[in-house]
Amino acid sequence: MTKVLTSRFHLKGQACDIDVYKQTGGYQALPKALKEFKPDQVIDEVKKSVLRGRGGAGFPTGMKWSFVPKESKRPKYVVCNADESEPGTGKDRDLMRYDPHQMIEGMIIAGYALGSNASYIYIRGEYWFIKEILEKAIAQAYAQGYLGKNILGSGFDHDMYVHPGAGAYICGEETALLESLEGKRGHPRLKPPFPAVVGLYGGPTVVNNVETLAVVPHIILNGGEWYKALGTEKSGGTKLFTVSGHVNNPGNFEVPMGYPLMSLINNECGGISGGRKLKAVIPGGSSVPILTAEECEKVNMDYESVAAAGSMLGSGGVIVMDETADIFESTMNLTHFYKHESCGWCTPCREGTRWLYKVFQRMKRYEGRSGDVELLYDLADKILGKSFCALGDAAAMPVQSAIKKFREDFDRRIKHNLIQIAKAAD
Amino acid sequence: MFTQANETKLDEIITHYPVKRSAVLPALYIAQEEHGYVTDDDVRYIAQRLDMRVNEVEEVVTFYTMYSRKPVGKYKLQVCRTLSCALLGAEKIAEHIEHKLHIGMGETTIDGKFTLTEVECLGYCDLAPCLQVNFDYHEKVTTDGVDKLIEGLK
Repeated sequence: MTKVLTSRFHLKGQACDIDVYKQTGGYQALPKALKEFKPDQVIDEVKKSVLRGRGGAGFPTGMKWSFVPKESKRPKYVVCNADESEPGTGKDRDLMRYDPHQMIEGMIIAGYALGSNASYIYIRGEYWFIKEILEKAIAQAYAQGYLGKNILGSGFDHDMYVHPGAGAYICGEETALLESLEGKRGHPRLKPPFPAVVGLYGGPTVVNNVETLAVVPHIILNGGEWYKALGTEKSGGTKLFTVSGHVNNPGNFEVPMGYPLMSLINNECGGISGGRKLKAVIPGGSSVPILTAEECEKVNMDYESVAAAGSMLGSGGVIVMDETADIFESTMNLTHFYKHESCGWCTPCREGTRWLYKVFQRMKRYEGRSGDVELLYDLADKILGKSFCALGDAAAMPVQSAIKKFREDFDRRIKHNLIQIAKAAD
Repeated sequence: MFTQANETKLDEIITHYPVKRSAVLPALYIAQEEHGYVTDDDVRYIAQRLDMRVNEVEEVVTFYTMYSRKPVGKYKLQVCRTLSCALLGAEKIAEHIEHKLHIGMGETTIDGKFTLTEVECLGYCDLAPCLQVNFDYHEKVTTDGVDKLIEGLK
């Protein structure tokens, strides 16, 4: 299988050094883009690749770029969303710690395409050691003329900075990220206007995920058509998946879009731990609906196929659960996460996630009241589509899908049901 | 006031942005590095340094979980509790540390050396269960491993 983004992973971090990066084909796309491409042609090439945003939403990258107005009184910005915090996801971590220049080169090319002279990498504060890796890499790029004034004699200027977050999941939402970067609480902004028009400091801004930006040099070098052909018709290229949970060999794996989920679990990850049976998979990070073992059999890992199965490809965080897992417990765990990470801005999400958790707590003690499962479902319904940003939906969807598909794990927590079960046993 | 080295560092960081206020998160990290937590003086000083109001700095500090407004131990033991770690025994790791150090979640040992906290997803899901000590990651931790780790922290 073609390794596009992970071709330097086996060097275990040596590619953090700019010379190793260059010896292995690095910094060839940037000179090519500056010499052979007009900014618009870069955007066209990205459009041809059918690259879709790898952070979770899957929005076509070329289209996002084309929304940026050509003429702007305010400076334009490129922002790399390296606030990776979707439970189940650890791919951007490896992309940055093993191959930081790949992403940096992609960002400079994005800057050229959009006419932007400054970019920021917003990285989660916990990844402090990666922040230091990036700062060193950026300093090397400046020293060799890939950043700064008049890059490679092209007349194009670009500066790049690393900005640390401080432990807020919501800052992965692009408008909350921009608020945070401006030195405020991470509350999402009302859209429209979208960041492409009014973003950082009021200027047109493109916010892209680490993986998305890391793909860009490869598209310039090999062409958009080439990248697209690696995947499926509507989901171009390859994708990194972080597989975690009950598998023998968890890790980050790059596979072509459309790769069967079960092959990923059985081949790349060496199957389910201890030879146990698969029970469920959360295929795209904690925010997406859960899949049953039967549903997993038919799913291919591309946007359309996962959507057809009733879930989403999301960030590519694949959480595998075997027959020992209790879906009530796993869903409660995630509800705690969303309750903790709700920014508090809007009522449905702030109050809804707390209320959900309260019901979960009494059910955990096997003191659930009759109707509590329905109450959970209804509460999730009152959040879904009614919150200010997508965090509310992300909290609600896992609850509803878990109840629909693993109802017995919830029913067991209702006190009345327990009495019935005990009576039947007598 | 920060040390001269940190003042210089902050001056440099401020040049990264068109508005000073953007440097508030980095400035708070500096404050925390110097004093172990963000003190009242830090909040006032950062406000003055970045042309912000005191309450604007305060509302930022209290929003982000990586800052503390009260003293914490020299070593912050942060156990990830989110799903991938939970599936592989995070709860057992947390309980083990509680018993070992005789403290509960969110508490600090009497000698001020360790603070134990439960945190949400640290991005090490494929390397679960995971524990972060201050900024250092420890992957695939076991109870034995945690014992050795804690004994090694002076």
